[in-house]
Amino acid sequence: MSAAHAARAFRAILWRELLRFVQQRERFFAALVRPLVWLLVFAAGFRATLGLSIIPPYETYITYDVYVVPGLIGLVQLFNGMQNSLSMVYDREMGSMRVLLATPLPRGYLLVARMLSGTAVSIIQVYAFLAIAWLCGTEVPLAGLLPLLPVMILTGLTLSALGMFLSSRIRQLENFAGVMNFLIFPMFFMSSALYPLWRVREGSVLLYELCRFNPFTYIVELLRSTLYLQFNATAFAVVAGTLLAFGALALIGYTPARGGPAAGRAGGGG
Amino acid sequence: MDTAAAGSAEHKAATPGAAAVLHVRGLTYAYGKQKALDDISLALAPGRVTALLGPNGAGKTTLFSLITGLFDSRQGEIEIAGYPLRRARSRALASLGIVFQAQTLDLDLTVTQNLKYFAALRGLPGAAAKQRIAALLEEIGLTEKAKAKVRTLSGGQRRRVEVARALLDRPALLLLDEPSTGLDIATRRWLVGHIHGLAREHGIAVLMATHLVDEVMPEDDLIVLHKGRIVAEGRVDEVVRRSGAADLDEAFTRLTSQDQKAGPGAAP
Repeated sequence: MSAAHAARAFRAILWRELLRFVQQRERFFAALVRPLVWLLVFAAGFRATLGLSIIPPYETYITYDVYVVPGLIGLVQLFNGMQNSLSMVYDREMGSMRVLLATPLPRGYLLVARMLSGTAVSIIQVYAFLAIAWLCGTEVPLAGLLPLLPVMILTGLTLSALGMFLSSRIRQLENFAGVMNFLIFPMFFMSSALYPLWRVREGSVLLYELCRFNPFTYIVELLRSTLYLQFNATAFAVVAGTLLAFGALALIGYTPARGGPAAGRAGGGG
Repeated sequence: MDTAAAGSAEHKAATPGAAAVLHVRGLTYAYGKQKALDDISLALAPGRVTALLGPNGAGKTTLFSLITGLFDSRQGEIEIAGYPLRRARSRALASLGIVFQAQTLDLDLTVTQNLKYFAALRGLPGAAAKQRIAALLEEIGLTEKAKAKVRTLSGGQRRRVEVARALLDRPALLLLDEPSTGLDIATRRWLVGHIHGLAREHGIAVLMATHLVDEVMPEDDLIVLHKGRIVAEGRVDEVVRRSGAADLDEAFTRLTSQDQKAGPGAAP
């Protein structure tokens, strides 16, 4: 594989993913509406009742809507990671994944390129969400937006790897849609996305422990600290470790053979 | 049919009479405990069309999945254009074009966008890809559909685009997995004629899986696959003669209804 060939292929995969995203306007709309509902409805209600004391990385008292922004960035990427995997299951069932994997490039490279392309889409969604949140009056630390970019590549890839790992284990599209819901909401709710962990511990020690073992908590905390120009080493290590673990499992487990001889073709055949 | 429009550059195929483009030796594959292919060996010469004839479930698609590197088998070897698939996957696949049984174009992209996407995956530079796409669209008679979304094309037109896509990188070996599935008679005829033209004029080795005997031409090489084993191979007339049948239809019926190891048409 030459570098030029690899670059051309990556550009093509990215271009296809972006084109698909642009063509599916409902997907973009849904990706924005979801976190905005949380921010403008849920957080607005809590804003009056839930004050937050000074906790790192914040240097002053903050309103609840400011607190939930990093969690909602994580939510956008979580949904997108799962959506990306869902489209990979769809591509596998429709056969276009066969076309991709039968090209003269290493399978691992093609799958990573596909994950990166999905992550790029999620980053566009996040910045669009942040722009609307800012326009709606939520304080968004503008200085943190640029440092957020490489971190979102890491967190987006981690969630894509998790999604790809799941898609490598699941044979049918319908099953994957079910698993998505089963996974997304517990991951989101059992994390520090909506409440700081010390608040969770006051309510339930068991829930607190579950939140501590949820990688999504560390994704949110890494996004939060980066937005405020701080580096959370623990969160970074956990997120990077999660990416390596699920990435390796996904690359090992992802094979077009999964699903048996009928995977990727419509009819019976030989 | 004018296959010369494919462009002046040579395909990766060697000249007719040269070493085999595809070599398969002792290939075995199983889905769990169910054996799908059992000790398959074959060789394809450049410039020849080989029909892989077999009933549903014979193992044709599994064989194609192995040759395209989608499935891995530890038993047996596959060599494409002299490169072993297991040890030199990228080089081996670089000489391969494939048309899958199911239609695999992106319906929401235009014809040109689909071809550009695939050209980039194959590593073709932009200008070369543009030229090649224009030539191939002319060859398959779809120049005026270049900007049409694939979703708006008929099944036959989509299949033509898939054939063009498989030829973008001038492959030495072209695999077609039951390419006429769902096509009308006129398109089937075009397809079979076109494939033979490609082999004749560009020296491409073609392996075409089918279960329809009327798609096999008298001058073709033939491999009959049944229950995962090759039960007959050779020139069409030889296979018919060895089986003691009057024609290929009857020979195929005899070969695929008897015990795979016995019979006068059994592979030598």
